[in-house]
Amino acid sequence: MADADKKYDEYPIGGMITEKGSARRYKTGDWRSRRPEMDKEKCIDCLFCWVFCPDSSVIVENEKMKGFRYSHCKGCGICATECPKKAITMKEEGA
Amino acid sequence: MERPIAMNGDQAIAYAWKQIDPDVVAAYPITPQTIIVEAFSDYVADGHVNTEYVCAESEHSALSLCIGASAAGARTATATASAGLAYMWEMLYIASSMRLPIVMAVANRALSGPINIHCDHDDSMGGRDSGWIQIYGENAQEAYDNTLMAFRIAEHMDVRLPAMTCLDGFITSHSLENMSLLPDDVVKKYVGEFKSIRPLLDVRNPTSYGPFDAPEFYFEHKYGQIKAMENVFPVMREVQKEFAQISGRSYDLVEPYRVDDADYVAMAAGSTAGTLRAVVDELRAEGKKVGSLKLRLFRPFPVKEIAKVLEGKKAVAVMDRAISIGAAGPSFPEVRSAMFDVAQKPKIVDYVYGLGGRDVGVDDVKVVFSQLMKGESKAINYLGVRQ
Repeated sequence: MADADKKYDEYPIGGMITEKGSARRYKTGDWRSRRPEMDKEKCIDCLFCWVFCPDSSVIVENEKMKGFRYSHCKGCGICATECPKKAITMKEEGA
Repeated sequence: MERPIAMNGDQAIAYAWKQIDPDVVAAYPITPQTIIVEAFSDYVADGHVNTEYVCAESEHSALSLCIGASAAGARTATATASAGLAYMWEMLYIASSMRLPIVMAVANRALSGPINIHCDHDDSMGGRDSGWIQIYGENAQEAYDNTLMAFRIAEHMDVRLPAMTCLDGFITSHSLENMSLLPDDVVKKYVGEFKSIRPLLDVRNPTSYGPFDAPEFYFEHKYGQIKAMENVFPVMREVQKEFAQISGRSYDLVEPYRVDDADYVAMAAGSTAGTLRAVVDELRAEGKKVGSLKLRLFRPFPVKEIAKVLEGKKAVAVMDRAISIGAAGPSFPEVRSAMFDVAQKPKIVDYVYGLGGRDVGVDDVKVVFSQLMKGESKAINYLGVRQ
């Protein structure tokens, strides 16, 4: 884990975080046991997945669904459930 | 110039708060603390203070409000007792781990049941592991003085921990005493301006308080609390020294009385410390070599100071107005542990006393000294219980 190499008195007291947007550096992707995969043939870029994703892990460029940010995706599967075109499927990690 | 005035312990604390004028007070009334928040609410209503005063719907909410306010950058105080303190429990740990210097008065009251509103130390002693500084006052004067000093100690940059100022419920909280109060300007100068570390309201420097702490960091943050608590010793000495300069009243972490040539010593925290001194004087008049020790500071536990006083004595009675059922009174094992590494170990016994407000007077304390001197004490004794 990032920064887990300092002595106790080198951190801000009380566990406070004094930096903006530091959650971006906290990689939660390794919590995942299933990964979402997208079939771009079926995708209509409705961006439901982007709206529902609780971890902002759906990559959107120019209003088009471009894939997943696997460094943060925890594999909850909400995107696959909400996709109206069944374009997202959950695959076992390591399978 | 000081002006003499009669106050009870609760009023004395409310008056100290009035002089300090904290930014936020959030509290919920509970006997025997109620007079503190009641008297303080008068000061608020009458415009004597600028405090944002919140009457919370519970103690859990009261301390939560204090935590939020303190993190936002406010000097914050509250008060509670007994079941109210128990209801604050999880927030006690949040306050200390977030390193927020909240000052809380605890009017010590038995923690039911059977339900009881009178004095013992079971409530605050149960909170001994929560990371709060604990200072026990003997009388209303100390309740006032300790409140003024507690803000200085808690807010010191080497400490930044919350502090409980404890006073004996009813015995101290509701008994009128002749008080020496300091003038407002002297108090204001002594306590000083509140300094905040990364206040939440500083929008230019956004800060997250109380985030999830993973195993890679949690131990280091706990160690930070441990080291901060160790810093209380020198900080409290310095704060007490400065207090003596403005008030003429000197305090120490532990206060020995006639112990220098004593063979037998009894020790206690809170109002019983005064009874001990009265008994010591009586027994000294009879030629008995006895002394007493007042425990003012329980967290951090002043191991070295206690060991220095008690080393070489024949026997010591540790008086605990609390009980860890299945073990002993809470100070007893700590005092014994403090004496384990000294060369000349006294015999050390425990006297659990005064639970649920059972009055312990001069005659009761004489029983303690008598048994101690005759070697009749058991390891753990329950003073005055019908058994």
